[in-house]
Amino acid sequence: MSEILVLVEHVEGQVKKVTLELLTLARKLGAPSAVWTGAGYSPEAAAKLAEYGAEKIYVADSAEVSDYVVAPKAELLAHLVAEKSPSVVLVAATAEAKEIAGRLAIKIDSGVLTDVVGIEDGLVADQSIFGGGVNVRSRVTKGTPIIAVRPNSTPVEAAAGAGTEEQVSFTVSEAAKSARIVERVKQEKGARPELTEAAVVVSGGRGVGSADKFSIIEELADSLGAAVGASRAATDAGWYPHQFQVGQTGKTVSPQLYIAAGISGAIQHRAGMQTAKTIVAINKDPEAPIFELADFGVVGDLHEVIPQLTQEVTKRK
Amino acid sequence: MNIVVCVKQVPDTATERKLRSDDKTLDRDAADGVINELCEYAVEEALRLKEAHGGEVTVLTMGPDKASDTIRKALAMGADKAVHLVDDALHGSDALGTSHALAQALKKISFDLVVLGSESTDARTGVLAAMLAERLGVPQLTFANQVQIDKGAISIQRVTDYGYDRVEASLPAVVSVVEKINEPRYPSFKGIMAAKKKPVEKLGVAEAEVDASQVGLAGSWSEVVDFAAAPPRAAGTVVKDEGDGGVKAADFLASKKFV
Ligand SMILES: Cc1cc2nc3c(=O)[nH]c(=O)nc-3n(C[C@H](O)[C@H](O)[C@H](O)COP(=O)(O)OP(=O)(O)OC[C@H]3O[C@@H](n4cnc5c(N)ncnc54)[C@H](O)[C@@H]3O)c2cc1C
Ligand SMILES: Cc1cc2nc3c(=O)[nH]c(=O)nc-3n(C[C@H](O)[C@H](O)[C@H](O)COP(=O)(O)OP(=O)(O)OC[C@H]3O[C@@H](n4cnc5c(N)ncnc54)[C@H](O)[C@@H]3O)c2cc1C
Repeated sequence: MSEILVLVEHVEGQVKKVTLELLTLARKLGAPSAVWTGAGYSPEAAAKLAEYGAEKIYVADSAEVSDYVVAPKAELLAHLVAEKSPSVVLVAATAEAKEIAGRLAIKIDSGVLTDVVGIEDGLVADQSIFGGGVNVRSRVTKGTPIIAVRPNSTPVEAAAGAGTEEQVSFTVSEAAKSARIVERVKQEKGARPELTEAAVVVSGGRGVGSADKFSIIEELADSLGAAVGASRAATDAGWYPHQFQVGQTGKTVSPQLYIAAGISGAIQHRAGMQTAKTIVAINKDPEAPIFELADFGVVGDLHEVIPQLTQEVTKRK
Repeated sequence: MNIVVCVKQVPDTATERKLRSDDKTLDRDAADGVINELCEYAVEEALRLKEAHGGEVTVLTMGPDKASDTIRKALAMGADKAVHLVDDALHGSDALGTSHALAQALKKISFDLVVLGSESTDARTGVLAAMLAERLGVPQLTFANQVQIDKGAISIQRVTDYGYDRVEASLPAVVSVVEKINEPRYPSFKGIMAAKKKPVEKLGVAEAEVDASQVGLAGSWSEVVDFAAAPPRAAGTVVKDEGDGGVKAADFLASKKFV
C-alpha cells in the first residue's frame, strides 16, 4: 500500500485533534506515516498516533527544527519525500502548516491544495470556497500532491497501526536558519480547546457590552467544552484578545456548532464561520443578518438568554 | 531602503463571487475589483517603514489590465511607483505559478524588504509570502503584527495560536502582515491627484523573464475538475425570548445532541 505522510501538529507534546482527523483520512488513501517535528515526543504521543492508524512514526525532535520559522520543517518533509516516495503529503490547513506546505511545494516541484474538506478516489480534493458559497473539486497535476485539510472536516475514528518508530537523521541547512524564533509569548486563555480546531465555538460581539461581560460567554463555552471567539467589534474594543477574532481578517472556524451572541453577522464575520455545521444566534434585533444563517435563533437580550442557557446546559449534563 | 509591497486585486466580498464556467477560473467581470484588505495594511506598513527609515515604496501587482485601479489606490495612499505584471499568459496561474512570476519580477526590482498581506479574501491560500521567501532565498517573517527595523536587522512579532513569537533576521527579507498591525490611511485628495502622475511600469512574461511553462492554466501544478454552488442553508427557526429563550436554545442543542 502506498505511504501517506501526515505532518503531526502538537502543543508541547500533546497531539492535536486535527492530526487524528488527518490520520483517519490518510487510512482511506494508503498507509499513514506520522511525521513528528520539534521537542515533546513521548511514548504517550507515539501511542496516540498508533491508535489512530500511524504505521510508521518519523521522529525529528531536535530543537533546531522548530527554532526557526517554517523553513526547517519544509526541508525535513522534502527530505522524507525524496527518501520514502509517498503518494501524498497531508498537513492541517492551519496558518503555519499551509506555509510549510507552500515551501515544500516549491522544493519538490509539486502542486498544493489548501482548505480541503474531503478527498475522493483518484486524489480529487473537495474545497469549499468563497465562504462556503461554492464547492470545488480539484486535483494536483504535477508531482506528489500536498494537501492541506481543514480542521473538523473528518470525523475521527481509531484503528490501530503498527506505530513503528524511526529517527530521522537530518541536519537543517544554514539557509533554512535565517529567521530565528528568539522568544515565544503565551497568551493562553485557560484550558479551552484551540479556536480553529474546536468542535464547538461560542463567540461574542459588540452586544456583549464590555470586557467584564465576556465572562458570560466564557461560562457558556465552558459548559459546552467550547472555544471562545469574538467579532472584530469586540476585539477592536479590547474586550477580548485579538487572536480570538473570527472572520475574514481573523481566524476561519468550521466547528460542528457555532453560537453567535450579540453579533450582527457582517459579511466579514460570516466569511470566518459560515461553514459551521450548525449555527445558533442570539441577538436582540430580529432584523440582524446573522439570523439568515442560523439554524436556531433567539431574539432577545443575551445577558438574560445566555446565563439561562448555561444553566440549562449544566443541568442537563 | 527599497520596499516592495505586493498588492492583489480581489472581487469585492460584498458582491456575489463566481467562477467562470468556461475555464473554471475566477470570474473577474462578475464582481467589482477592490484592493485585497490585508494588502492595504501591507501598503500602510511599507509607508510607515519608509517614513521612519527613508527610501522608496514600489507597488507590485500581478493581474489583468483592470488591476491598474488597485495600483492607483496604493499609489494614492503614498507609494512612489508601481510595477504591473500583466500578460494573458499569466491568466489562471496557481500559487506556484504566481509565486514564480512575482519572484522573477522582484529579482528585477532591487529590494531590501518585500511586504505582503498574510492572506487574500478570494483564494485565501495564505502561502504566497512563504513561497516568495523560498524562491528568493531570504528570511520569512510572516503573520507580523509588529515590525521593527534597525539598520540591517529586522524583528517582528509573529502571531501564533497561543500568542506570538518574536522572530529576528537580517535584511533583505519577506514580511507578511495581519490586520492588527496598523490602521491604513485613507488616500487624500492630493494623494489621489498625485497618483495619476506616478510611474507604473508594465512588465510582460518576457520582460520579467518569467518561464512561460510555469504560469497560466497550462503551467499550473493543480487544476479545478469541476465546481457547483453550495446548496443554500435551510431556513432555521427563530423564537422570541419570553423569559424562556435560554431553555428553548438548550432544547434545540439537546435535539442536535450537543448536550
Ligand atoms: C477590512 C475589514 C476586515 C474585517 N474583518 C473582520 C473579521 O475578521 N471579523 C469580524 O467579526 N469582523 C470583521 N470586520 C468588521 C465587520 O464589518 C463588522 O463591523 C463586525 O463584524 C461587527 O461586529 P459585531 O457584529 O460584534 O458588531 P455590530 O455589527 O455592532 O453588531 C452588534 C450586534 O449585537 C446586537 N446586540 C446589542 N446588544 C445586544 C444584547 N444586549 N443582546 C443581544 N444582542 C445585542 C445588535 O443588535 C447587533 O446586531 C472587518 C471589517 C473590515 C472593514
Ligand atoms: C477560490 C480559489 C481557490 C484557489 N485555491 C488554490 C489552491 O488550493 N492551490 C493553488 O496553488 N492555487 C489556488 N488558487 C490560485 C491562487 O488564487 C493564485 O495562485 C493566487 O494568485 C495566489 O493565491 P492567494 O490569493 O491565495 O494568495 P495569498 O497567499 O492568500 O495572498 C497573500 C498575499 O500575497 C500577495 N499576492 C497574492 N497574489 C498576488 C498577485 N497576483 N499580485 C501581487 N500580490 C499578490 C498579496 O500581498 C496577498 O495579500 C485558487 C484560486 C481561487 C480563486
